[in-house]
Amino acid sequence: MVAHAIFFYVFSIIAVISAIMVTVSKNTVHSVFFLILDFISISCLFIMIGAEFLGMIMLIVYVGAVAVLFLFVVMMLNVAQQKNQWFNSESTTSSHIPVGLIISTIIFFELIIVVGGWKYKPELSNPNTTQSSNEISNTHSLGQVLYTDYIHIFQISGMILLIAMIGAIVLTYRRREGLKTQSYLKQISRERSEGIEVLEVQSNKGVKIDD
Amino acid sequence: MTEIGLGHYLTLGAVIFSIGVIGIFLNRKNIIVILMSIELILLAVNINLVSFSIYLGDLTGQVFTLFILTVAAAEAAIGLAIIVVYYRNAGTIRVEEIDKLKG
Repeated sequence: MVAHAIFFYVFSIIAVISAIMVTVSKNTVHSVFFLILDFISISCLFIMIGAEFLGMIMLIVYVGAVAVLFLFVVMMLNVAQQKNQWFNSESTTSSHIPVGLIISTIIFFELIIVVGGWKYKPELSNPNTTQSSNEISNTHSLGQVLYTDYIHIFQISGMILLIAMIGAIVLTYRRREGLKTQSYLKQISRERSEGIEVLEVQSNKGVKIDD
Repeated sequence: MTEIGLGHYLTLGAVIFSIGVIGIFLNRKNIIVILMSIELILLAVNINLVSFSIYLGDLTGQVFTLFILTVAAAEAAIGLAIIVVYYRNAGTIRVEEIDKLKG
């Protein structure tokens, strides 16, 4: 149990510090790196408390796909070297900063109050060990639930991914001017009469093609 | 102190959620950091769902976490596409200079 506590504190402290660094880092590329560190430590926590499938999926999806996508966009848009503008006073719109701090602290204390209320209901919070029987793994049980009870939601989430892919392609698609491409319709609908022309070639004259 | 319960995980989720909200409110750099803050908020929601799912022995929370992961990936893709298009049109993605809607 002590090892559990030690691992929990190490990973959660790393996660919180890197989450702070995501928001306050001067360089946007550093923010993306700290986001990756945050996801990795949270997925280690997930694996530690027994949700190993979600931990691995979080590693693959977030670190492998989403964070790399962020890195691509940050490097393409040339915003990595922008100066940090935290708490600058010459901006006219900086009056929302104390309001934002107040709202954030209120949200944090509300969530802490929720946690405290949960701690004082001990009849609910004892861990149920029916799920973590040894012969069936987390991935196996998740698959048994996911492909039977939640199959429609699963397919809808697939449709969401498809729509997101189509939307991203449509948004960023740019038709360039002066690009020579094949026109299949024009090629197929060519007639013989407009393709070739039969000429009478007179002797010693030749034919000019471009008439 | 050495007994890690549900409250510890919920506190961690609350801390990361609040950091994400602070990142959205106080960001003066570019919009990509705001998208990363949204990812942090979704991560905090995932922490809550997974810890409740483990401690209550109900697998539904992990299923929902899976769907939240899906939606977060879709949201990141669409948001980054919108940012790329906006940068192509306006030449900047600084938060102060995005004021076309006069908000």
